[in-house]
Parts: sequence; structure tokens; C-alpha cells
Amino acid sequence: MSRVLPVLGSRRARHVVERNALFYRSQWLMFASGFVEPLFYLLSIGIGLNHLVGSLTVGSHRVSYAAFVAPGMLATSAMNGAVIDSVFNPFFRLKISHAYDSILATPLDVDDIALGEALWALTRAGLYAVSFVGCMFLLGDTSSPWAILEIVGALATSFAFSALGLAACTYLRSWQDFDLITLVSLPLFLFSATFFPLSLYPRALATVVAFSPLYQSATLLRGLNSGQFDGWMILRLGYLVALGLVGLAVAARRFRRILSP
Amino acid sequence: MSTSSDSVPVVRARGVTKRFGEFEAVRGVDFAIAPGESFGFLGPNGAGKTSTMRMVSAVSTPTSGSLTIFGLDPAIHGPEIRGRLGVVPQEDTFDLDLSLRLNLEMFGRYYDLPRTTIRERTTELLEFAHLSDRAEDKVDNLSGGMKRRLTIARALINRPELLILDEPTTGLDPQARHLLWERLYRLKRDGVTLIITTHYMDEAEQLCDRLVVMDHGRIVAEGAPRQLIADHASREVLELRLGSEHHDEVADQLGSFAERLEVLPDRVLLYVDSADDTLARLHQAGWRPERTLQRRSSLEDVFLRLTGRTLEE
Ligand SMILES: Nc1ncnc2c1ncn2[C@@H]1O[C@H](COP(=O)(O)OP(=O)(O)OP(=O)(O)O)[C@@H](O)[C@H]1O
Ligand SMILES: [Mg+2]
Repeated sequence: MSRVLPVLGSRRARHVVERNALFYRSQWLMFASGFVEPLFYLLSIGIGLNHLVGSLTVGSHRVSYAAFVAPGMLATSAMNGAVIDSVFNPFFRLKISHAYDSILATPLDVDDIALGEALWALTRAGLYAVSFVGCMFLLGDTSSPWAILEIVGALATSFAFSALGLAACTYLRSWQDFDLITLVSLPLFLFSATFFPLSLYPRALATVVAFSPLYQSATLLRGLNSGQFDGWMILRLGYLVALGLVGLAVAARRFRRILSP
Repeated sequence: MSTSSDSVPVVRARGVTKRFGEFEAVRGVDFAIAPGESFGFLGPNGAGKTSTMRMVSAVSTPTSGSLTIFGLDPAIHGPEIRGRLGVVPQEDTFDLDLSLRLNLEMFGRYYDLPRTTIRERTTELLEFAHLSDRAEDKVDNLSGGMKRRLTIARALINRPELLILDEPTTGLDPQARHLLWERLYRLKRDGVTLIITTHYMDEAEQLCDRLVVMDHGRIVAEGAPRQLIADHASREVLELRLGSEHHDEVADQLGSFAERLEVLPDRVLLYVDSADDTLARLHQAGWRPERTLQRRSSLEDVFLRLTGRTLEE
């Protein structure tokens, strides 16, 4: 193989991104709905609970509950978007329509397909993240201009979850198996300190939660939201990117096994 | 067509095998296909034709043996090789979210073709496939034969040097079939190399300069259609329908009348030098077959001989 990192595909992966863009051109309403979604997240939980909970401590700052929960919602939205994009459509094309089989007759390779799908999920997530962070600024859910960097954090989150989702979709056998995805993503959502601080969890559970990519993402974003930087942020970011790379490598391997046995 | 040593074969396989788990689908095949040649693969279901086609398409990797396409190793130059190939796989698979037109256009993009070129070719290919009026439809709504035509059109979007067709005419009506044959003749005239698998012996005779017969993962015969007939079948065939008789039992009694005979569920085939003479001798001996047919030997007889369960010892 002439590639330095064989799992990472080649420039040809861009055609897979192009294909998805072409498809969503006819689905623009569905595409556009993603830009409105942040308002649902922020208005529902943020405003609803803000009055009940009051304020919380993040690092050395006291922030409103709305400002506390908004980065958690951004992390959750980045996760959900990535999972939907990388599990449902690729599953259909991998195992139902077998569209990938026909693509493999062209110069594209399996790792190009895996990379292309992950890149597409990332592109779409990036657009939504910009919209989400914009809404947070508008609604006053940020306490620092550094909050703009949350877009980068959200991208890393999407990358991790889209690559993991892509790997996961290769193990699904039928539409029924999609319940398994919910089985994993729901507890992740509920137990990743997205609604309340980790300090409120029992100690044993807190240790487990620390491994949750959604927790790492929410914590990273929360720090950026109030402009408090620390060395952990690099580690959290690194953790998300590393998970993404591992997910992509697994996805490419699994794709190869299924598509060219 | 010859495989003379001065021209590099488009495809060369030496001892190529393909294993799926414990099962060996292709068990060491050797062949070389010259530029511009039309090369056929015949064989019963499960013989290993598709497995071989997929390796020659640089999609699946041989388990062992050596395979070169355009003189290149597909394990290293896969994308470059596939860029010069057109593939009609046995199964039609499409991007079901896109229209016919977008299916073709997107395929052109996978080959990195410029958009204007793609648009021109898409229009021409939809025309060729008689699908212009369905261009904006979803692929799912097409009939089986229409899907087949679309697959064939799609395989031509990159003007391939080597076209690989795995049972291309299965599901096509006679008109569509002849339209494809005509296109294939034109491509051949333009120097395109063709590899075809088919279960239609007339198609193989019409289209192939040379062919191999595969059985149980091996090549059991190779040659030009006429040569194979000369080598593996008698000059003529006398077909007998015996009515109520048990074919198996009469086989022994008929054996002395033919060089070889083949017992099919509905009739007995006698391979003979002259069908006329044999029929006369049968009548003399008191045989009164319900129906008879005299004909020249064909590729079908070669196929039956090489891959069927014959009664000869
Ligand atoms: N992915 C696979 N996994 C396991 N076995 C396979 C796989 N693909 C093919 N086989 C087996 O390999 C053998 C050859 O299959 P192949 O599709 O090459 O036959 P074929 O000559 O094309 O038959 P047909 O005329 O029915 O198309 C069959 O026994 C088949 O079951
Ligand atoms: Mg086949």
C-alpha cells in the first residue's frame, strides 16, 4: 500500500461526500431542520430548568443553569447527529441496497468509503455546530467569547461518534438491531454529566463516567463556554480524536470483510 | 486473436485460487486474455465464474496464485486498474436514493471524470439503454430488465478498455439482448477487450473468440467455440423423445448406435457422425421414437459433455 496510514483512505473519499451532498439537495427540508434543532434543545431544557435550578459552579465560576447545560446539549446534539448520519444511511447502503458494492467497481476503495462517510458526517455536524453555538450566543448561554472554540470541540465529538457509529453499523444485522444503538446512546446521554455536574454522581459511577466520550466532550465544551482553559482540555480533545481514528480503522476493516470477502 | 508473446495480455492468471473460509471456490485457474479479444467463461451454477470475475475486476483478492491486469498487480494498483475497467456484475446494485440520471452521473464522478463529459455520456447512455424517459425516476421503480440495462449503461460511463460482463443478458428481452450484442460488437471493433460469462450457449458462440469451461472451480476446457465443438462433440446429434419408456433403461440398448449418449430428463441425445444414418439403423432395429430431431453439434453439447453427469464410463 502506497499510503502512510492505510485506514485513512485517499482523496477519492471526497466523492462520497459529494454523493451525500447531492442526496441531501433533494432533502433540503430535512437538512435545514438541523439548524433549528439547537433551539429545541436550548429552549426546552435550558429555559425550563433554569428557574428551578438557579446557578452552578463550573471550575471557579458560577454560571446559570442554562449556561451549564447548553454545552452539554451541544455535545449531545453533535453525538446524535453523528450517530444518525453514520449508522442509518451507511447501514442501508452497506447491507440493504448494496450501493457500496457498485462503488467498489470504481477506483474507490473500502477505506475511501469509510473515510468519505465520516467526513460527510463531520461536514454536516460542523454546519450544525456553528448554528448551535450561534444560538447559544444569541440566547446568552455563554459567558466568554472563547465559546466560539466550542465549534472545534463539537467537530471532534462528531468525528469520534461518526467513526464509532460507522464501525457499529457494520455489526448490525437488521433494522431490529437498531435498538442496540439506542441501548448504548441513551445511557451515554443520561449518565455523562450532561444535565448535572459529575460531583453529584456516586464515586464508583463517576469513575466509569470519566471514560464516556460524551462526558469528555461535554466537560471540554463547558470549559470553553466559560473561557476557563486547562491542560486537561488537550487530553479530552485527544481522547475524542483517538476514538475517532480507532473507529475509522475498525470501520474500514469491517467494510473490507463485508464488501470484498 | 492470438496470445502471441509480443503483446502483453490484458489479463493473466496463473494458478489463481479463491477460498471463502474452508471452501475453495476457485481452485487454480490459468488463462491469458489478449488485447481486443472477447473471452468467455462458461460453467454450471457454482462453478466459480463470478468469483473469478470479481478477482479480475480487482475487487476481490486472490487467495493464492498470480494475477495481473494490464500487466499490473491489482493488490498494489487496484484503483488505477479499476479506473480502466467497466464492470457489469451479476447482481444489479444501485444507489436507491438517487434517480437514474444521478446514478450514472455520480458513477462518472467516482471515476474522476469532468462534469461536462459526464453529462454528455449520461445522455447518450440513457438513450442507448432506452431509459431516457425514465431518467428522473428512482431506480427502484424499474423493471428487472430495465435495471439490467442501466447496469450495462453505467459500466460504459468511463469508456473502459476492458469490459467485464457477468451474465449481462440475463433478464433481457430479445430486442434488448440484440441491442447489447450490437453494442458489444462495436466496442470490440474499437479495440475494447471483453470478458463475458453466460449461460446462453448461442451468446457464447456469437460473442466469444475464445472461451473456457469451468466446473468445480477448475478450467476443464479452453478454445475457440468451433474448436471446442470439434474437440468435444461429434459432428451431429440425434435427439430422441421416447415417450413412456424409462430413459435410463434404454440407454444401455441405445449405446451401440452412438459414439456417446447423453440421457436428459426429457430426451436422449445420440452423438453420431451422421444423424440420418443412425435414425435409419434405429428404425431397422425396430425403434419407434415419439419424436426425433437431427442437428449439428453445438456448444451446448460441449457444455453437457464437460460438466454434466454423463453415462459414459
Ligand atoms: N462470499 C462468499 N462466501 C462464501 N462462499 C461463496 C462466496 N461467494 C461465492 N461463494 C461460493 O463459491 C462458489 C462459486 O460461486 P460463484 O458465484 O463464483 O459461482 P458462479 O460460477 O458464478 O455461479 P452462477 O452461474 O450461479 O452465477 C459457490 O459454491 C458459492 O456458494
Ligand atoms: Mg455467477
